[in-house]
Amino acid sequence: MGSKYDVLVIGGGNAALCAAISARRGGASVLVLEGAPKFYRGGNTRHTRNMRCAHDAATEILTGPYTEEEFWEDLLRVTGGKTDEVLARHMIRESKDILNWIVEQGVRWQPSLGGTLSLGRTNSFFLGGGRAMLNALYLTAEQLGVEVEYDAEVTDLVIEDGMFLAARLKRPIKGETEIRAGALVAAAGGFEANIEWLKQYWGEAADNFLIRGTPYNRGSILKMLLDKGVQEVGDPTQCHAVAIDARAPKFDGGIITRHDSVVFGIVVNKHAQRFYDEGEDIWPKRYAIWGRLVAAQPDQIAYIIFDSTVVTSFMPTLFPPIAGQTVAELAGKLNLDPAALDKTITEFNAAVRPGTFDHTILDDCRTEGITPPKTHWARRIETPPYLAYPVRPGITFTYLGTRVTKEARMLMADGKPSANMFAAGEIMAGNVLGKGYAAGMGMTIGSVFGRIAGREAAKHARN
Amino acid sequence: MHGTRILDEADRLMTVCNSCRYCEGLCAVFPAMEMRRAFSDGDLNYLANLCHSCGACYVDCQFSPPHEFNVNVPRTLAVARAESYAAYAWPQALSGAFARNGLVISIIAALSMAAFIVGFVALNDRSVLFGVHTGPGAFYRLMPHNAMAALFSAAFLYAILALVMSVRAFWRDIGTPIGGRADGGSIVQAIRDADELRYLHGGGVGCYNEDDKPTDRRKLFHHLTFYGFLLCFAATSVATLYHYLLGREAPYPWWDLPVVLGTLGGIGLVVGPIGLFVAKSRRAPELLDENSTGMDTGFIAMLFLTGATGMLLLVLRETAAMGPLLALHLGAVFALFITMPYGKFVHGIYRFVALVRYAQERRNEAGS
Repeated sequence: MGSKYDVLVIGGGNAALCAAISARRGGASVLVLEGAPKFYRGGNTRHTRNMRCAHDAATEILTGPYTEEEFWEDLLRVTGGKTDEVLARHMIRESKDILNWIVEQGVRWQPSLGGTLSLGRTNSFFLGGGRAMLNALYLTAEQLGVEVEYDAEVTDLVIEDGMFLAARLKRPIKGETEIRAGALVAAAGGFEANIEWLKQYWGEAADNFLIRGTPYNRGSILKMLLDKGVQEVGDPTQCHAVAIDARAPKFDGGIITRHDSVVFGIVVNKHAQRFYDEGEDIWPKRYAIWGRLVAAQPDQIAYIIFDSTVVTSFMPTLFPPIAGQTVAELAGKLNLDPAALDKTITEFNAAVRPGTFDHTILDDCRTEGITPPKTHWARRIETPPYLAYPVRPGITFTYLGTRVTKEARMLMADGKPSANMFAAGEIMAGNVLGKGYAAGMGMTIGSVFGRIAGREAAKHARN
Repeated sequence: MHGTRILDEADRLMTVCNSCRYCEGLCAVFPAMEMRRAFSDGDLNYLANLCHSCGACYVDCQFSPPHEFNVNVPRTLAVARAESYAAYAWPQALSGAFARNGLVISIIAALSMAAFIVGFVALNDRSVLFGVHTGPGAFYRLMPHNAMAALFSAAFLYAILALVMSVRAFWRDIGTPIGGRADGGSIVQAIRDADELRYLHGGGVGCYNEDDKPTDRRKLFHHLTFYGFLLCFAATSVATLYHYLLGREAPYPWWDLPVVLGTLGGIGLVVGPIGLFVAKSRRAPELLDENSTGMDTGFIAMLFLTGATGMLLLVLRETAAMGPLLALHLGAVFALFITMPYGKFVHGIYRFVALVRYAQERRNEAGS
């Protein structure tokens, strides 16, 4: 027989640690099982940098108020209404106190980073980034007496009538064991790194997807829970995808492989054809559509093409642009048909109307007479060297999850609440975030519901 | 491509870091990096010397090893920093002293102390060397004041000259426009930043040593060492003024200003270096440039020797041990002076200059 804890937390990111700390502060004995090795602990939290919390007044690091109502309107807008209003409003209300609570757990804030001024009022940034935040939470958890195991692969969950009894665990050295607990907090993320699972919805195209987080986000706990009768929420076929550099590693390239140069040039597919209006809207709003757009192109590859006049208009990039003194030379380096690329650029240049360029507003630089049009920020690509970034879909997270109540308690397929199973973080984000995304929301969901789940789990286990 | 492999690596890392920027709140290095899109040798040497090696960016980095991006900023900048000391050394013919610095410093220290002992033995009668001397001018019975002043002034002035020339080369390399001057406000800001070791702080929690729990230990011991050194320097300066202006000769009573300053400073120079040595030997090896161990230890040892021989001399100055201890102390101080431009001492100078440059860049940015 294995050991017994009041609360078992499966997962090792922001939501899991907030749950563990909150349960421990509630008097429970707590074990955290993180499937990844210590360095890769924390799933997607490793790559985060801020959290969106409501606040009624400016703080030391936030430039102005961000009311509950405004947060709710933003959420409504990005999800297109695909959200659970009761749960979402509850989360937004609780997010106010998280700003202070998370600091009490050792996390430190800083003003918004260079190049992210648009978030200075709404989002609080972690000093040192997401891994620094995680380090602080782990340190606090350990000081409080939370036990943590790494490389801990949960192979099965023993659940009877919506009641969690035990988890079966395979340890790298000590072998198989069973861990019983009075309550379970599932905070093990989504399945974005599980290519086989993604293929169920995306087919062979998923082989060309790059995964922005660690290879450990396999969704195995999510799958077990759904298989054992927990009600699902969120569209299983959907994932958050952005266009990232095609030269990025298959996993864990994080934020630094992103490209925000789309609005400064054109985007072509492997046939050197444009396929979408690059100037549709202000960049942060359109950031997340390009992953999906590239995923729909042949071989899931595309190229952002621009010229030397705009290289300093966006953040410096990890990978340098591929350069050619002529369009033909660039096409050669990209393995594109030189004649086709030349034709696309020539036609685009001819279609550009005169205007006054301003990338901060929807300006009047647009094309006329080509399909698709570029409706803003259209300028001729004509000053060598010609430059390009190859991009592929970069998968951030998935939307499928377990349905929960306001207390973060899982609901079973028959609609009854589970006696002792709670969920927090990406594994239940779909309750609040049916689609879309706004910066920092994932961390809000993680911290708010992690804290609630830990508190409720401790309350249940100690009764 | 840069002149050296380590600068190529530093360039690679700054390109990674510049596309991430999560660490910009931790210290001065990352904001300075963000002011650039490309990095010259001088830029990289500037960033290397701006880094205080607190280790926070390594612990906080999602791309540090074993991640394939292999981002280790503290170690890379430590190696680059050590190489920059040699690159800017004056005269360049002596830059080789940095190659096996621990050995070089040890030999010079040993020779210097030996020379003072041999000199004392050769020039003094045995009864004088091992005699008990008290009262004003007691030290000068072993070595005339003027000879002492001349020898040490020469050594000190040489060190100053060599340091000024080195700093000039460094400033020219890191500055734009070349040859630009530092303004008063930036210098004041840099003095403040250096005084409190503002950037040896992990962004607020302390620096990282043997594990992932930050502490302020290294900062504390560095303060003891640095302020101990300054107090000792002040003690010597006050004593010199006493000698020439007031005609009062050392040794002074324990309550007199030079002795009080020297005693406090001496305690700092004994405790500080021991603490730094222990902290350094416990530090996680992945944060360190192992090739600099000799240089670091050599400098710590020199400071400790200076402090320890000085304190012993103070305690035993009225016994027969005074003569030999004076020789040892003078030998240690002389070695410290002449090796200043060719050892770890320069880290403080270059870092200060880098802080001035940083303050200036910040002011320019705010003004533009």
